[in-house]
This record gives sequence, C-alpha cells and structure tokens, in this order.
Amino acid sequence: MTVLQKKTESTNPIAHLSDEEIERLGVELDAIRQSILDSRGERDSAYIRTVIDAQRKLELASRAVLLASAFPPAWVIGTAGLSVAKIIENMEIGHNVMHGQWDWMRDPKIHSTTWEWDNASPSDQWKHSHNELHHTYTNVVGKDNDLGYGIMRVDEDQRWYPLYLAQPLWNFINACFFEYGIAAYDLELGKNLSSEKRRQAPEFKARAKQTLKKIRNQVRKDYVVHPLMSLPTGSFVPTLAANFTANLVRNLWTHSVIMCGHFPEGVETFERTSIEGETRGEWYLRQMLGSANISGSKAMHFMTGNLSHQIEHHLFPDLPSNRYAEIAPQVQDVFQRYGLSYHMAPLPQQVASAWHKVVRLSLPNDFLATTNAKNLPSQLKVLFAMTTKGPKVRRAAQARLTQQARRAKVAAAA
Amino acid sequence: MTSVGLMRTANGEPAVRSLALRDRLMRVAEAAVTPLVPADVLDIFHPLRSGADLRARIVSIVPETADAATIVLKPGKDWAGHVPGQYVRVGVDVDGVRLWRTYSLTHGPRADGHISITVKAIPDGAVSNHLVRRARAGQMIQLGQAEGDFVLPDPRPEKLLLVTAGSGVTPVIGMLRNLFSRAEPLDSDIVLLHSALSRSEVIFGRELRAYAAEGRVRLVEMHTDVHGMLDVHDLDSIVPDLAERTTYACGPVGLLDALEEHHTARGLPLHIERFRTAVVATDGEGGTVTFGRSGIIVDGDGATPILDVGESGGVLMPSGCRMGVCFGCVLPLRSGAVRDLRNGEVTVAAPGDGVIIQTCINAAAGPCDIDH
Repeated sequence: MTVLQKKTESTNPIAHLSDEEIERLGVELDAIRQSILDSRGERDSAYIRTVIDAQRKLELASRAVLLASAFPPAWVIGTAGLSVAKIIENMEIGHNVMHGQWDWMRDPKIHSTTWEWDNASPSDQWKHSHNELHHTYTNVVGKDNDLGYGIMRVDEDQRWYPLYLAQPLWNFINACFFEYGIAAYDLELGKNLSSEKRRQAPEFKARAKQTLKKIRNQVRKDYVVHPLMSLPTGSFVPTLAANFTANLVRNLWTHSVIMCGHFPEGVETFERTSIEGETRGEWYLRQMLGSANISGSKAMHFMTGNLSHQIEHHLFPDLPSNRYAEIAPQVQDVFQRYGLSYHMAPLPQQVASAWHKVVRLSLPNDFLATTNAKNLPSQLKVLFAMTTKGPKVRRAAQARLTQQARRAKVAAAA
Repeated sequence: MTSVGLMRTANGEPAVRSLALRDRLMRVAEAAVTPLVPADVLDIFHPLRSGADLRARIVSIVPETADAATIVLKPGKDWAGHVPGQYVRVGVDVDGVRLWRTYSLTHGPRADGHISITVKAIPDGAVSNHLVRRARAGQMIQLGQAEGDFVLPDPRPEKLLLVTAGSGVTPVIGMLRNLFSRAEPLDSDIVLLHSALSRSEVIFGRELRAYAAEGRVRLVEMHTDVHGMLDVHDLDSIVPDLAERTTYACGPVGLLDALEEHHTARGLPLHIERFRTAVVATDGEGGTVTFGRSGIIVDGDGATPILDVGESGGVLMPSGCRMGVCFGCVLPLRSGAVRDLRNGEVTVAAPGDGVIIQTCINAAAGPCDIDH
C-alpha cells in the first residue's frame, strides 16, 4: 500500500470520480445522517440506559463472585464476567458516550463532558487524541497517531530501519498492555520526552500528573482494594489474578478490534497535503476509504462497541452506536453506486490481515513478496546484511529487492 | 449512619470516631468503584435515597379536564418540603431528551409525603403534552427543590381575594387544600374569582364548586365563552368589598398587568405569580452572543459559528476539529437559541437549562447567553 496521492491512474480507487460526484456523495451521506437524527428518540435513550444498567450489574455481580475466587469455578465465572463487563464499559459505553453520541439526551450523567472510563487514559486526553486528531485526520500519515501509534511502520513510503524488525513484538506487547499504550500516546510520550524543554513544559507536566493519578486509582482498585476485600475467603491472589486477566482480555480484544478498523490490507492512507481545503464530500470519501468493517452476529457487533461498523462510525462519529447496523446497508449501497470498495470481513480474517501487514512492513519493502522456501537462506543473508551494515548497503539491497519484485510481477503477467 | 452520629454526640468522642469511620468507609467505597462514584452504584438500586440527586417517581396520573392532569409524585428523601403556592422545576425525558419546566405544586404537605403538580397540555408544549398524555406511573423524573414566594403569609390576612385564570389556579388550589385540611375551623373570608374558557375547562372545577357549596369560599366563575374575558374594571361590582381584601393573582400576563395597574392606582395590596414563559426569539437572523464569565458581548450573525464569533470577539474558546465531529468545543447555552449550520435544526434553552452545544457548527438564532 502507498498513500493514495502517489498511486497511478490505474490503481487509484477514486480516479473515476469527478468533483461533482464527490460532492453528490457527500449530500447522500448527509441525508442518511439526517434520517437517523429525525428518528432518534426514546427507543435509543432506553437502549443506552439499559446497557449501562446491565453492565454495572454484571460488573458488580462478577466482583461479588470473585470475593470467593479461591474456589476455582468462582474464579472462572467471575473472571469471565468481569472481562465482558470491562469490554462493554470501554467499547459500547465509554468510547461512544465520549464521542458525544448520547449528548442529545441532555442527561448530565451520560454525557461526553462528564464521562470517565475504566481505562488508564483520562477521558479528557483520550477525547483530544481520539475524537479531535484521529477522527479529523483519519489515516493521514504524520497526522493520525492511530496509524501505528507512532511506534510502527505502517506504510511502504516510510523508510525502513532495522529497528522495525521488532515491530510485531512491539505490537503484541502493546496489545497486552493496550490501555497503557493508549495513555502513553494520548500523552504523546515519544514527542514530549524527546527534549528537556518538552519534558519541563507545564502543560505536559500537568497532563502527565493527571494520567499518573488515573493509573494509580485504576491499579489500586483492581490490584489492591478488591483483592483485599477477598482476603477473608483467602482469595487475595486469585482475585488479583482475575483482575489482571480481565484487563488482559479486555486489552487484547480492544486492540484486535481497533486494528481491524484501519489496518487491514486494502485500507487507504493519505498525504498531509491532501486534507488542505478538503470539502465535506472529500472528508467523507477519506473516511470511507480509510476504514474497514467486521462482519458478524449481533453479539459480535455489540462486543466491539459497534466499531465493527467502523466505516459508518467514521462517517458519522456522533450518531448513536445502536443505529449503525441499520444504516450499514444504505452506506454499502452508496459505496457500490460510486464504485468504491467496502472492506468487510469476519474478525479472524481482518485480524490476520492486519497482522500480516504489521509483519510485512516490519521487513524491507518487497521482502516478503520475493521470498519463498527455496531462496529463504539467501534472502535471510540479505536481511542480515541490511540489518547489520550501513545505509549504503541497505539502499543497494532495497533496490535489488524492488527490481526482483517488479520482474516477478511482469513474469506473472506474461 | 447520620442518626448514630447524632445520638452519640452527647458523649463527645465516639461521635467523632464514627464519623471518621464513615469517612474511611466512604474512601474505600470510592477506591473500589472508581472511575464511578459510590452514588452511581447506589443509584442503580435506590434512586430516591437520601444523598442522591433529587428525583421523583410518578405514583399516579389523574385526569382533571380533557387536557389537564395531576401528576402525583413520590419525591426523593432529600425533598425539603414546600409551602403551598410554591413551584418546582421538573426534568422530564421527552422522546429521550431531558427538558426542564416549572410547575406549581398543587397539594399542601400530604401525610403520605407525596407531592403533586397539575399540568395543562398546551399546543406544541413538548413537556406538558408528554406529562398529560404519555407519562406513566412508575417512571422517574428529575426534580428541583420548591421555590417561589407566592405563598400566604402567617398570620393570614382575614379577607382574601384570589384571582386566577386557566392553569393559574394551580398554585391557589394548593393554598386552599392546605387551609381546608386543617382540623380547626377556618376563620378566613375567601373570594375566588376564576376565569376559564368554558365550564368544562375549569381545572379542579368539581372540587372548587364543592368548597363553594360547603360555604368555605365564595366562588365566582367566569367562562369566556359565555361571559367574555375578565375585565379588571368589573372587579368592584363582582367583589364589593374589594378595598378590604388582599389579592393573590395568577394567570396570563395580560390579566396580571391589568390587575397590577388597577391595584397600584388604588393602593391595594397585591401578590402575583407570573408563570415563566419559555418563548425564545428564533428568527434565524443571529443575535447578540453574551459570554457570561468572560463578560464579552459580541454580535453573532446567523451564518457564523459561535466559536468564530467568540474568537473574533477576543474570547479564549475551547476548540477542536471545527467540523462538528470531536465535541472538543462544547459549552453550556444558558439561554437563547442556536441553529445547527449543517441541517438548520434549532436548539432552544430557557434560563436554567444549561443545554450543552457544539459551538463550531452552531450559529446564533437569537440572543444567546453562553456560560464561558
């Protein structure tokens, strides 16, 4: 994949669209949005209130069961319940409430300005990096930190360095401790720790303090208070392990779902200059091309916080999540009529696709494509040289790989 | 817990200890439920408990006329009580949206602790129509504490004139019910002059006529369809001893203004209750935008987002995507009207509503007061 603007006429997925068509597409999508606004009401408010009520009861019940978690069945049931409760809290409730999807109800208890979630990152900071940066600059290389969280190579056009070989490992570690990864990148730690001046900036220090306080509260709840409450049944360690497991399950799940949103093969990325003076229609188009959906059952959609409808969510981030399923066929119809591809696949397939991309880009461009069982030893030798020797060797080897790949393609075509 | 603390206060030390213990338990509870607060958890099970945000459960809905009904409410434990004649703010979820309105309390303090409001459905009235026609017993509404000084003084004036029109009878019925529920005989001399569109439109008509039949009040009903509108110049003929009476009045603005002029000219004592009007100018031509806390007032035209209006006026505004996506720019609209520039939808806030709006895609649709 390469940023859209560098693609040739034949591979550019929007080359066939005129400016007028793009604007007409915007008008059609506006009409879909309006149809939901017009019918938004009591049914929707009842939905979110029911979900919040059920989630809180599930969490309380699971934590109550864990009070006796020294008893293995109690550990299993409590841990499973708590994992599910934490996932729902982060996905269907927290993420969506903080998007302002339920602000229209004017209920101060279910409002983007007051909501705080069960996650290491304070809601204020997450709202800034997610709602403002990620949703505005979706998939714009260098602007959208969700693209690789600033630590990964996500595009062929990013120059390859040996350090990127470890990116599948980084990605896995990030998945396990995803909530801390989110907190770190909401703080823009990489940038803000890079110089003494940035480290000492009062604004950064205040935000870091806020995050540390949030983390302290989260850790104290899961790893001190609840284990201590289980002490009378001798369940201190099992409860601690249960909380750790639930957080791990939640982290792996949310990381997988979120990887599926923008990482699968075929999803487009964009150049910085492409968004200057972007029209409403062009903004919609970027969201359409930069997102991918997960297909599956109702339960599946619910557990992803309806982020399985990532395309619909990115087009209309402030529509109530329970309505995305309803407009998905209409949106898909728009894709079809304008000759655009609507990326949708089951979760395992999308996760595999996203991981494939992570691995592919951890290696030099065209390395994976030119490697087969027969030439593996010689290819590994090339990779070793590219990793251990200087930039000159890297450039030469890269040129050879690119040439090989091109030849293979020509041969395959002939 | 509170009562334990109070009982032991006489002994001195244990009270301090129990308070400290309570404090510590509270902190453990907070640590156990973060990022929620203990109240969020308790609300699931006991929304009307003491210490909760004030709410009420609808106990029953009793029709009064074709388009008026009395809503009997069981208020939360922290309801501080009221004096008949006072009003209360209620927050009702209409079609999923919480809207706040003010209604008079129509019962004196009741033995069962319930309170009631009587609502007349007005044309296009979202809340009044919802309460009269769609609300059901068992539903929860949000509540403020009782407010208002339209109450009878103590000691009571010996001779009273109550002038009401339409739903203006609602604060007065509370006063009457309270007076008549007492054990000791009432020595007041009360004239109730009530104006309504027709006989069947009189809210509490049967009850008022019963009071009149029992000789507790002298009731003068004026029905617009038969007698025409009430004219204050007829007061002397309707109530010959007008000069000896203290007047309490509640009704439409026109009637109250006329009454005020009439009584002031003659130096007669008058207490009036004006129902708050929630009508806001929404001509779409923009309006002055007041940033309350910054003390800056700027002219906002109907096409410029309030965010831009504020910034050009020198207000330090929170902002984000500037396209209605991120909700980073939201601020409370204390009162006024704004129009969503994307689809023309108008959002109206009456004083006290504090509706939170996105400033980057809303323009003034009338004078606006922004809490910033």
